[in-house]
Amino acid sequence: MILKSKDVLGLEDMSAEEILGVLEIASKFRAVFDRPVRNVPIMRGRTVVNFFHEPSTRTRISFELAEKRLSADIVNFSSATSSFKKGETLRDTAENLAAMKIDMLVIRHSSPGSARYLANVLDCSVINAGDGAHEHPTQGLLDIMTMRQRLGDLRGRKVTIIGDIAHSRVARSNIWGLTKLGAEVTLCGPPTMVPAALARLGVEVEYDLRRAVAEADVLNVLRIQLERGAGKTFPGNREYHRMYGITEEIVRSLKPEAFILHPGPMNRDVEIAGEVADGPSQVILDQVANGVAVRMALIYLLSGGDPGALGGVH
Amino acid sequence: MQWSWKRIPAEYLVTNVKLYQGGKIARRKGFLHVKKGRIEQVGTGEAAHEGLPVLDGGGLVCAPGLIDMHVHFREPGQEEKETIATGSLAAACGGFTSVVTMPNTEPAIDHSGMVRYVVDRGKEAGLCRVFPAGAISKGRQGEQMCEFGEMVAAGAVGFSDDGSPVADGNLMANALKFAKVLGVPIISHAEDLTIIGGGVMHAGYWSARLGLPGMSRASEDSATFRDIELARATGGHLHVAHVSTRGAVDIIRRAKQDGVNVTAEATPHHFSLDHARCRDFSPLFKMNPPLREPEDVEAVAEGLADGTIDCIATDHAPHTATQKEYQFDQAPFGVLGLETAFAVGVTYLVKSGVMDLGRLLALMTEHPAGVLGLPYGRLEEGAVADFTLLDPDFVWTVETSRLRSRSRNSSYLGEQLTGKAGATFLRGRLTWLDEDVIKVD
Repeated sequence: MILKSKDVLGLEDMSAEEILGVLEIASKFRAVFDRPVRNVPIMRGRTVVNFFHEPSTRTRISFELAEKRLSADIVNFSSATSSFKKGETLRDTAENLAAMKIDMLVIRHSSPGSARYLANVLDCSVINAGDGAHEHPTQGLLDIMTMRQRLGDLRGRKVTIIGDIAHSRVARSNIWGLTKLGAEVTLCGPPTMVPAALARLGVEVEYDLRRAVAEADVLNVLRIQLERGAGKTFPGNREYHRMYGITEEIVRSLKPEAFILHPGPMNRDVEIAGEVADGPSQVILDQVANGVAVRMALIYLLSGGDPGALGGVH
Repeated sequence: MQWSWKRIPAEYLVTNVKLYQGGKIARRKGFLHVKKGRIEQVGTGEAAHEGLPVLDGGGLVCAPGLIDMHVHFREPGQEEKETIATGSLAAACGGFTSVVTMPNTEPAIDHSGMVRYVVDRGKEAGLCRVFPAGAISKGRQGEQMCEFGEMVAAGAVGFSDDGSPVADGNLMANALKFAKVLGVPIISHAEDLTIIGGGVMHAGYWSARLGLPGMSRASEDSATFRDIELARATGGHLHVAHVSTRGAVDIIRRAKQDGVNVTAEATPHHFSLDHARCRDFSPLFKMNPPLREPEDVEAVAEGLADGTIDCIATDHAPHTATQKEYQFDQAPFGVLGLETAFAVGVTYLVKSGVMDLGRLLALMTEHPAGVLGLPYGRLEEGAVADFTLLDPDFVWTVETSRLRSRSRNSSYLGEQLTGKAGATFLRGRLTWLDEDVIKVD
């Protein structure tokens, strides 16, 4: 058993062994992508519900693709079409889902803790596809997979996460996962977006971008939510870019082999300059491909898939 | 003679009790002679009135009925959460005989007719004295002052826009001046909403870790400071509700040293629980002010011990199960308090050595009566016979079956506490009997 729990709610709950075990399976699935037939029909006859209570394009498509490549039966519903708009509580929704006897639930919700809540009341497996600003474990895993493809063992490696840490579930999942694997994590962004209290999680907090990236092996550049507090939590996009944007000049100051992750979608010329986004330092498309592989691995393992049986897919 | 607990005669003796008087628990056993709803005699040693029916107190502590100057009974408007009748029963169950209801009902208690309604509903229930606090401003909108004089005449004992702060400092100053003439306090819900933003829990390590928006201590501290300066300037009586931060405790302590006419209360949850309780996203730990850091919890307890904070008040805030099943960030603020207040005090203040039982009971009887200027909270000859028999050693687990509120949202569910009201008497009449504490034939 690679995963000890029936659910994947956050990297806070996963051990280093579990994370590495999942990534090993993910890399086997990743190898399948280059074959003409990419399906591994081990989920045939099983139902996965993708419940997106918050808008999402990339994560939802990535999950769907992972599920389809495993031949699962898929049901999608989103807040626009569900009875949530009619004031139904998450508990009512959960009980309805339980009555439908589904095998797995993928949930994206704006409230921190919502995935855990559903996992506690449902017998089926629950995968957290992002719960508010709390965790986004599949993104954390795909980021770590991408870093490990370049760097191997992450022990002692320096990862700097830049952006609106306070509101970022990606940042929290990265922090939990990376620190468990022995990486040295630095958080950087405007003080309004980087709570100093997070240093208690065993990370550095540095408000000066140049200092934060000088020694970094990896930059994980978060999306700035333009609609959130421009003029209040930061003076504006221009000021953000000037102080915390990853420009070509910043890239030139990095260690030569350093590379840049971004969870997408990008705000070009806000958190990342257009030239950098298109330049050789970024590994964004690797992240996208790894995302499908990581999600396939989790679904496979949670469904009781035998890690040893995957030898044949090579 | 044959005597049944459930049928209390007009005149009787309560014997074999340890009496609370003047902040102390008497060492020697004592008695209470009750006649027609009043205390005829109270004393230690043997009672001299042979032939009267006797209630054997079984060695329990006999204290004045507890007084909670901060409850939400939700009536009118949200009777699915609590009514004045169900809230009164929860109060009796906790050993309380007097409560002050906050005016943030729907509609708000903002004129004398509404005050009279609450008073009447309290009398109909007949389980505890219900004293309404009136709103400071019409509809609690923070704009136009209510008719304090007429509302006091109808039974209001203080004024508050509780649930919301009074943002307009001039209105707050005028309210303090006006209430001063009437001899009643202005109860401050000290919060600066411009600092809080959309916070749902204390701003600190746990909010950062859980990804929940935080509520800074600076909001409470600065609002407390403003209201105290307004009390200093006007001479009005400011009562600071639900103090939760070390900063606010320090500000109040200094103001009292300066002679400002300020009193304060703290809730059981703020002297017993800290923000780490939110770690599992349970809305049973969501309240306003929020659970703070361990150093704040300690400061509130110290403030209660050294007299900076005058009394314990529960901020009893019922919400239905449905409302508390929303996710943490969506759920309403507030938790129950009446049924567990004494036990939380014994468990977290007395057993931990912060204060003795006499001090705890002073904070729940004489002190709140003093803040409100009400003639209750003392066991003395001629006083009304509002009293409770408390077992400070009774160990129990908080379960929904133990609660009498219409709602179930207690932060202490599943927790083992020590201390329980065995019986509560209002005007000499039994309003609560816990047969696990007091065995009845």
